[in-house]
Amino acid sequence: MPADIDTPPLVSMRGITIRFPGVLALDGVDFVLRAGEVHSVMGENGAGKSTLIKALTGVYAVDSGTIAVAGEERLFGSTADAQQAGISTVYQEVNLCTNLSVGENVMLGHEPRNRWGIDWKASHREAARHLDSLGLQLDTHSLLSSHSIAVQQLVAISRAMVLDARVLILDEPTSSLDRDEVDRLFTVIRDLRDHGVAILFVSHFLEQVYEISDRITVLRNGRLVGEYAAKDLSRGDLVTKMVGRELVELEAISEMAERTIDRATTPVLKATGVGRRGVLEPADLDVYDGEVVGIAGLLGSGRTELVRLLYGADRADVGEVEVHGETARIASPRHAIGHRIAFSSENRHAEGVVADLTVGENIALGIQARRGWHRKLRRAEYDAVVTEYIQALGVRPADPNAVVGTLSGGNQQKVLLARWLATAPELIILDEPTRGIDVGAKADIQRKVAELASQGLSVIFISSELEEVLRLAQRVVVMRDRRRIGVLESRDVDVDGLIDYMANEGEGSVA
Amino acid sequence: MTKLMKHRLFWPVCSLLTLIIVNTIARPRFMKITVRDGELYGALIDILRNSAPLMLVALGMTLVIATRGIDLSVGAVMAVSGAVSLTIIDGSSSPGSTGTVLVAIAAGVGVALLLGVWNGFLVAVLNIQPIIATLVLMLAGRGVALLITDGFITTVNSAPLEYVSTGYLLWLPFAFIIAMTAVVVIAVFERRTALGVLTEAVGINPEASRLAGVRSRGIILGAYVVSGTLAGIAGIIYSSNIRAADANAAGDLIELYAILAVVLGGTSLMGGKFTIAGTVIGVLIIQTLKSTILFLGVSSAQSPVFFAAVVILVVLIQSPRLHRMARGLTGGARPANPAPRSDAEVPA
Repeated sequence: MPADIDTPPLVSMRGITIRFPGVLALDGVDFVLRAGEVHSVMGENGAGKSTLIKALTGVYAVDSGTIAVAGEERLFGSTADAQQAGISTVYQEVNLCTNLSVGENVMLGHEPRNRWGIDWKASHREAARHLDSLGLQLDTHSLLSSHSIAVQQLVAISRAMVLDARVLILDEPTSSLDRDEVDRLFTVIRDLRDHGVAILFVSHFLEQVYEISDRITVLRNGRLVGEYAAKDLSRGDLVTKMVGRELVELEAISEMAERTIDRATTPVLKATGVGRRGVLEPADLDVYDGEVVGIAGLLGSGRTELVRLLYGADRADVGEVEVHGETARIASPRHAIGHRIAFSSENRHAEGVVADLTVGENIALGIQARRGWHRKLRRAEYDAVVTEYIQALGVRPADPNAVVGTLSGGNQQKVLLARWLATAPELIILDEPTRGIDVGAKADIQRKVAELASQGLSVIFISSELEEVLRLAQRVVVMRDRRRIGVLESRDVDVDGLIDYMANEGEGSVA
Repeated sequence: MTKLMKHRLFWPVCSLLTLIIVNTIARPRFMKITVRDGELYGALIDILRNSAPLMLVALGMTLVIATRGIDLSVGAVMAVSGAVSLTIIDGSSSPGSTGTVLVAIAAGVGVALLLGVWNGFLVAVLNIQPIIATLVLMLAGRGVALLITDGFITTVNSAPLEYVSTGYLLWLPFAFIIAMTAVVVIAVFERRTALGVLTEAVGINPEASRLAGVRSRGIILGAYVVSGTLAGIAGIIYSSNIRAADANAAGDLIELYAILAVVLGGTSLMGGKFTIAGTVIGVLIIQTLKSTILFLGVSSAQSPVFFAAVVILVVLIQSPRLHRMARGLTGGARPANPAPRSDAEVPA
């Protein structure tokens, strides 16, 4: 049964601080893990969850603070040190050899030997015994790649057991599993817990966190918010603690956004039942002229998945989309651009800017892609467009020939916004445009969005910062667990109300 | 001066000049160019003439590498285009007529273009890794060439065909004129249209380019088509030079020399930013080096080692890390301590 608070800690991290160039990733965080408990670490992106795990598994060295395992202070110089101390990790992407057999994977490096070398028969027998103890009946000779991700994850856990893990870290283990597979995984987790293994669980799915956890630790912006017993912490409180309440005074922007949208007209975009198996349950969304529609939901709620389907970045397998009342087929970004829809990804580095090109080339890229390679922008047009948007968005340095990779995150985001605005879109989808950038740039971007919307641009705006969503949007679509759970008029709701809705509304019902 | 040293072509040009100077010291006649009947002769002119096939192939390779790809099939494509052209000339009733030769060349280059389309299709449409996709043709192409020539080395006697490699136009070797025309046409085409910058965008960040609406598929496919076509022309020049279609020897290892030329010229194998001028210099470095080996009389058994040693030297001269170390040794300001764990991921 779950360990109580008096059980001496198996892992005790005290005052952990980790600094990256320019960022304080963890700031004096305490974390305690006891034998026989499932302990969830919660926090939004950038809160420091993965940094904490990487400190515990020896991937990152800590700048200050101590880590003790079973009362003994440890210094992890590498992942091998952590494994030596009995700490094993099962990642979201299974880190096993998919081209080896199940048995080989379980026993890798710990195969029983006889005088001819590895005793394969005994090795497979041993592997089968470990798998059996987790309730898994598998052919140990079958290739790992022939099994589902769920089974592969269970195999990874078996492997951790072979290593005599006393601490098992599960980082987003359920993100690609369906309900039955999750149940199976949870049965195994509970069984391990009852055998005294300490389990650190990380997931973006609130429901699963409550289902499996005994205790929850919340991090925000690299700091510890607190440690709570799962049964004493309501969902609303949890979300509040994760999201935080750091308000920036941006009255002018919210005034600009406070206006009535005429919804008697034809919507610019109307999506009906757009979804993709295993990614997003069919969801509706419509946006009118000059309207900002916010999408609120935690990471993994399906907010990014929804807009990627709308833009054609990923392909929807169900649903219909109408643009200005006419059915539109959007199966690729080029289709979307043809309908004058623009999309700025949450992943600025990998999917946004082209780092080695200049500010000017990045800004002109959208227009140039639209024109095709054979109709190059004339020098004069290029200069005019680039200068105009560098000024309009306040890109610093205001040098069209600066290489984009050398700019700060906020300025890269402005360049990205400039690229799309230069193509004169009718609808722009902004996924986390304010993530990881400084306060000044955040305000700049919000002001620009409000300004453009009041001039008639339609916007879909996603942000983890709910204040931003409520400030800019006239309506907010709420998502949870890859499902749209409702839509709110933002004038009828405040941040607390929205948090409450995100955490509780539509509980148990299937939309 | 420091600005000059920062230019991306500074070190490649230095390497080439060093090679030329060493040659000039070793044999003063190296720089001598004579005029006979309005045609230029000399060691330098030979280098220009002989560099033509590699120049064409490396030019195409530059574009392919810029898209993050690689084209290993160029040597085999050379063999196929030579085989097609010479088989047509050989089978014609008038192998000496210019018309026959033009048709044959068009057919050879046309087939090479189709092979480029095939490579591009595998890479851009079927998303097969470039090294594997072009390996298919690299292995199969020479077999196809052998089938076309019935397993023989087809030899022909055709004055118009010989003109391609040995003829002169405006004092210069015709082969060199072909290669330079290709260089100028492609360089102008890439920079006057948006193809160059879009190619770089695709090479630097394919996903960001796709989301920005760039037709990356067409751009990648186009690069392989250009590479195939240029390899086809190179194959004709090669066959013209030996007056035969030799399926095994044509373009042997040229894919590796072409990659070397591209890299020596300063284009990264990671894709993205590319420089055609750099590739031209890279090709001239390789060709000058080959000529040096011949002149110095290095035995054929030793020449690969000699070649490799010089290449390593050239690569080291261009290495930015070595430049930093050299600066440290010469008492210049030592670089500040590198940021700890600079490779660590910085959470957003």
